[in-house]
Amino acid sequence: MADTALVDALQVGAVGSVIAEAGPRPKDLTVRLGRASDLPAVVAVLIGQFSMALATVVATDETATPDGDLKVRYIFEPIAPGAPDQFVTLLVSVDPARPEVPSLTTSLPAANWHEREMQDLFGIVPVGHPDPRTLVLHDGWPRGIFPLRKAFDGARRVPVEPAEEFPHMVAEGEGVFEIPVGPIHAGIIEPGHFRFTSVGETVLHLDARLFYTHRGLEKRMEGLSPLDAFYVAERICGVCSVAHGLGYCEALEQIAGVDAPQRARLIRSIALELERLYNHVGDVGNVCAGAAFHYGTATGLRLKERLQQMNERIAGNRFLRGLVIPGGANLDLSDDLLSDLAATLRDTLSGLDDLMGRIEANPSVVDRLDDTGLLQHQAAIDLAVAGVAARASGVDRDARRDHPHGAFRDSRPPELHVVTATEGDAMARVTVRAEEVRESIRLVGELVRRLEPGPLRGAIGEPVPGGRIGISAIESPRGEAVHWLRTDAGGRVERYHLRSPSYHNWPAVALAAETAIVPDFPLVNKSFELCYSCTDR
Amino acid sequence: MLRIVMNALRTGVVTTRYPAEPSVPPVRFRGAPVLRPGSHLPPTAVCPAGALSERFDAGGRHVALDLARCVFCGRCAEDPWAGAITMGKDFELAARCRADMRIEVVAEDTAFVRAGPPRDPEAEAARASAEIHRVLGRSLHLRHLDAGSCNACDWELSALLNPVYDVRRLGIDFVASPRHADGVVVTGPVTRNLETAVRRTVEAVPDPRVVIAVGACAASGGIFGEGYASAGGVDRVLPVDVYIPGCPPRPEAIIFGILVAVGRLSARRPPRS
Ligand code: SF4
Repeated sequence: MADTALVDALQVGAVGSVIAEAGPRPKDLTVRLGRASDLPAVVAVLIGQFSMALATVVATDETATPDGDLKVRYIFEPIAPGAPDQFVTLLVSVDPARPEVPSLTTSLPAANWHEREMQDLFGIVPVGHPDPRTLVLHDGWPRGIFPLRKAFDGARRVPVEPAEEFPHMVAEGEGVFEIPVGPIHAGIIEPGHFRFTSVGETVLHLDARLFYTHRGLEKRMEGLSPLDAFYVAERICGVCSVAHGLGYCEALEQIAGVDAPQRARLIRSIALELERLYNHVGDVGNVCAGAAFHYGTATGLRLKERLQQMNERIAGNRFLRGLVIPGGANLDLSDDLLSDLAATLRDTLSGLDDLMGRIEANPSVVDRLDDTGLLQHQAAIDLAVAGVAARASGVDRDARRDHPHGAFRDSRPPELHVVTATEGDAMARVTVRAEEVRESIRLVGELVRRLEPGPLRGAIGEPVPGGRIGISAIESPRGEAVHWLRTDAGGRVERYHLRSPSYHNWPAVALAAETAIVPDFPLVNKSFELCYSCTDR
Repeated sequence: MLRIVMNALRTGVVTTRYPAEPSVPPVRFRGAPVLRPGSHLPPTAVCPAGALSERFDAGGRHVALDLARCVFCGRCAEDPWAGAITMGKDFELAARCRADMRIEVVAEDTAFVRAGPPRDPEAEAARASAEIHRVLGRSLHLRHLDAGSCNACDWELSALLNPVYDVRRLGIDFVASPRHADGVVVTGPVTRNLETAVRRTVEAVPDPRVVIAVGACAASGGIFGEGYASAGGVDRVLPVDVYIPGCPPRPEAIIFGILVAVGRLSARRPPRS
């Protein structure tokens, strides 16, 4: 019903044909647009009238198929409170002889990086993009070679060409300084380049250049058996190993028509919460480092270490690798482990309460965090910001509730209290994180109580069905990650795409930094706590 | 303030005594796979990381495991090969050359096992600390270099500074500038976008310097391998002194590797031009 209203409204906005069908999942909608030039008008209807946000953009090279074209899928999700678990895909065909689509970035800022990425990797030009600089491929990559086109051999090393210096976007004027930072940083952190322009201490503009850790993982997975490619997906990002492993598995299970058994779904959700816990606890500690509160840093690190040692006892790996597996869970939770876990979580809770008490009672820390690195509510919506950063700016979104996965797919899902705040500053992000730690610990208790004896794994037979698409969204510690997987005719990976929460959140860090002073940047950055590796892939 | 001090006292000492005392990993820990010679060894395609290889000669089917590539996923030790390969507990796997990380057995021959030189962790650690004293007067300062890792190895390196591992007690520390460093620890397979930064940073470290490749990606390219965006391991770009296998290596495995690396200083190559 709602779908008919939506399709009718899209038809009004479009000049060319608008053909809708269900898919990839039965509850989703895929809309083929006869003319790519209709995109801006149709997207305006989706984000305006139907309160949708951009979930991801997936380009594919189908020149070797009967279609003989490139395709771009713009995938949206409704974000109004109580919205259903649905993805709406706008599908346009692109002529390989003239690979162009109209850019959406001016009216849909969240599309910015997606469009630049497909320009780099597929050679599909977003016409009218306000900032068409390269994104993923850095200096010295030859023009006209597009690594995600099927004709390109992913194992090929392409010679580095002489290159001009990258045109950083900077502010200019009297007394304006440029401060280049990175890609190699002073601490043990991931690489990225930050170009600040400032007047005195005040940041005027921050141009963040990422994708230094681009390893070509999506290409690497193409052509593999989907069961083998899982091990790559699980390793896209260390601290999101469970989330990304699970997102890949759920997309694959949709394609294979296999459902993980109930006990496995509970174990998966427990694993997801354990991942959230060690991340959030460590992140609260790391924010203290940015505010020079070393007792807080050491406490956070100690609590995190305790949780990671627990991970190693449960999964044999401190990042919980090896627990989730296509079809279900690879390891069971014995009673011994569960009581060990209960004790660990009790200590974590009291440790965190104590740490938060110390932070809140310490004016020199609170003063650094309050009003620092503001992210406005509307900016969070425009950029489709995810996770803690979105919730701390009053966006009530959580994929555990909005796109049920793991144990939340049960007919009687566990209760989830989604934590939000309205301030949008570093303090809000820290307090939301701390509240989420408490909620996760409660949730693990509830999930454990639901455990019933039963099988751990549904068998996924090979070859898996060909020519199918799976889509999933997982609430990782950093927010919603969207996975898109398609198999080729032989049941191998034809295309896999991950849109990590950090991918949408990095531009928000740059915005928030512009409300701060240069010395506060580490604090702002740590309050967002984003990954580079799952952004860059 | 008083409360903070009281709390610190209540918490007590949480620091491990490794390597003075051994670290026993938990039951489920997946360390180096143990290949049983003379057993029904799996086809090499089982390994998603390409760590298993085979060759045939008159003696039969030789199966070799490259610990530098292994991501310790445990797949080769699952049914139906559980009897042929088991996941061992050994995590002290750091080696000075790639060949030392190759373990080869013959499917039909129980007697044939070829592996790198046997390691003696205790003697290694003792020699290493003697070396730290002799060359660097107690301290080894390292610069971390992320060459495109998934961040798991990076987080384990930062864990070395937490109150539990506290590597400063061993005279090891991480510094902000390569100019202040005696060596680098590199994580990740060296991406195309970082190759220049990696070379320049290492060149900024004064000679003699040690280069330690931490984790499967740095040691061999790992599961990511070589491709348009990845060089496939640190030694494709720079000479490496010590390789530390693991995905990621647990903190004690990294401590072990760093201590092995320091022992290397007496045998350093002459300064490079
Ligand atoms: S444990 Fe190592 S050798 Fe065995 S399958 Fe996994 S990566 Fe390959």
